[in-house]
Amino acid sequence: MWSAASEVDKTPLDVAHPAPPLPLSQLKLGQRARVRELRLPSPSHGHGEQLVLRLLEIGFVPGEAVRVMALGPGGREPLAVRVGGTMFALRRHEAEHVLVDLLDEGQ
Amino acid sequence: MTAATAALDAPRRVALLGNPNCGKTALFNLLTGSRQKVANYAGVTVERKEGRVASPSGRSYRVLDLPGAYSLNADSADEAVTRDVLLGRLSDEERPELLICVTDATNLRLNLRLVLEVRQLGIPMLLALNMSDLAERRGIRVDTHKLSELLGMPVVSTVGIARHGADRLLASLDEIDYAAVAEHAPEWKTPSLDQVTQTHRQVREILEQVVASGEGERRWDESIDRVVMHPLLGLVILAAVLLLMFQAVFSWAGLPMDAIDAATGWVGVQVGGMMSEGPLRSLLVDGIIAGVGGVIIFLPQIVILFAFILALEDSGYLPRAAFLLDRFMGKVGLSGRSFIPLLSSFACAIPGIMATRVISNTRDRLTTILIAPLMTCSARLPVYALLIAAFIPEQSVAGVFNLQGLVLFGLYLSGIVSAMAVAWVMQRFGGSLAHHPLMMELPTWRLPNLRNLLLGLLERVKIFLRRVGGIILAMMIVLWALSSYPAAPIDAIGPAIDHSYAGMIGHLIQPLFAPLGFSWEICVALVPGLAAREVAVGALATVYAVSGGADEAAALGTIVAQQWSLATALALLAWYVFAPQCLPTLAVIKRETQSWRYPLLAAGYLFGLAWLAAFFTYQIAVALGAG
Repeated sequence: MWSAASEVDKTPLDVAHPAPPLPLSQLKLGQRARVRELRLPSPSHGHGEQLVLRLLEIGFVPGEAVRVMALGPGGREPLAVRVGGTMFALRRHEAEHVLVDLLDEGQ
Repeated sequence: MTAATAALDAPRRVALLGNPNCGKTALFNLLTGSRQKVANYAGVTVERKEGRVASPSGRSYRVLDLPGAYSLNADSADEAVTRDVLLGRLSDEERPELLICVTDATNLRLNLRLVLEVRQLGIPMLLALNMSDLAERRGIRVDTHKLSELLGMPVVSTVGIARHGADRLLASLDEIDYAAVAEHAPEWKTPSLDQVTQTHRQVREILEQVVASGEGERRWDESIDRVVMHPLLGLVILAAVLLLMFQAVFSWAGLPMDAIDAATGWVGVQVGGMMSEGPLRSLLVDGIIAGVGGVIIFLPQIVILFAFILALEDSGYLPRAAFLLDRFMGKVGLSGRSFIPLLSSFACAIPGIMATRVISNTRDRLTTILIAPLMTCSARLPVYALLIAAFIPEQSVAGVFNLQGLVLFGLYLSGIVSAMAVAWVMQRFGGSLAHHPLMMELPTWRLPNLRNLLLGLLERVKIFLRRVGGIILAMMIVLWALSSYPAAPIDAIGPAIDHSYAGMIGHLIQPLFAPLGFSWEICVALVPGLAAREVAVGALATVYAVSGGADEAAALGTIVAQQWSLATALALLAWYVFAPQCLPTLAVIKRETQSWRYPLLAAGYLFGLAWLAAFFTYQIAVALGAG
């Protein structure tokens, strides 16, 4: 379930999602998606497993529906992401550890 | 009384535990009302709130409000305290005998994970299903019996703001079997990623059995967010909110401030009239009443500023403001999380520095602490107000702006701009600019609750008055003594204060400040100003009142306008943008960072910047003919 960032070929564990997953950070405003897996940071990334652990703890678990509700001024970051019944503000470098499958095209 | 019955009568130790934004503090306020004791946990500035409450049966409880936490796997100073209390790792803190897990009924998915994680510790627990009214309105129905059965703990529906929920909660506290409390501190270790996912799966299974809902309606929220968090409109609204806030601080506070001013003047005259001329009268009237009155006068401004901050925080707006400003803060290597502490610092740097405990990144937290004193706190206002009124003419600029207002705005702006510059330098040379965490919850919009607002304000007022009654009062007395003794010889020429200790100190340090255009009277006032900046105005009043022995009616403003040049006044304004003159702030930095390094660093860099800013201001002003 945990993929390392250094992995080039990721074999999806779930055959129901043949398309390659997208990092949450690339979702557009209003797009809905479902969390597929979390990507562990590479050692050079500056933050350890703690970040992924916290993302999991606040609800970014595989199978959970997510949606980008707002983007900060400039349209890049931070992202306001709805997950479960909660909304979290994430920077891109945090959101990119969540790999998602797109559900619809959004607005 | 036997030991056994004594133990039975001792109040039970109960702790409230829950995610941030679950309404835990509102419930705490409801349970304990104003019977709260606010202090700090030993060694850290994380606030420790405890209150006493009696159940309907007469049993008494000590309720501890633990800092909000998402997990035992602590990510901030706040969360570390919560973990350490539960695990019995804090030496001065007894482990609670019962945990009340406060959950937001509209957001059980997130909240229950912590409940399951903490349940493993084996501490007796009770689940408070908070905001159950809101859940009902949103069509979320929770089967509390089933939930209680699945979790193996009592479940009580509460509403953070309604009395009957708290009564039900109190009644159920009596039914807990406290004998089950373990002798030994529980064991805990950081869970693996798989364990966390496993816990989430358990939560999902529980929710499937107990919750029937229309998937948490948040439509109303979303439409507010579309406006408030809009990249452009959101910033306009934020600017308007901040403008309104500062406008309110200056205009609404005027009336109560005048009243306090008149009241202290009246008390001074009454007390002075009742006593005969002598050192005691001088101490009471010139030292204590005038000095303390000069500080209490800022209470209205502090109350208004905090009322805004507390209401904005309670409503859920502040995290959204932090969201909007995250990019800008990112440019200097900080994150939006630093916004709330810095905003509080406009009232006073001390609560601002304490609010940095939610910043998980240590570097970001240190930088925020170090720049917090650059936010123009309300204690600088008296100095600014005095000098602006005395030296800046009241004229309009470009037809719409008031020159005095513009100068004040410029002073605030210089503080903010310098803070950003300092932050950039610190983050640039002290660490990397990349990858600062934000990960901040944007909670549901909520109408601020009046009771919580008032209790929060009361707490701030108490802290402020305690300062006035403590360090500020003491400094006023010391200053009075320094400026009254030794008395001038009968045949002395020149003002009496010239012969006192204060005069000596002023003359001693004056060479250092001469290039800034500061007179020795200003230097004397700078010394007590170390206790708190606002004391400087009182000190100037004391220095001039004592030195002239002059007409008490002559306003200080008139005196300084006659005696100082414009260049000196401008230099003093520039000095106060940076001045490290607040010992309580430095003390909080020391306690917060657990080292002398940072308070010394803060004092050093602020002093350096203040000196340079005042130096250049003075020299340039003199060159332009304002000397």
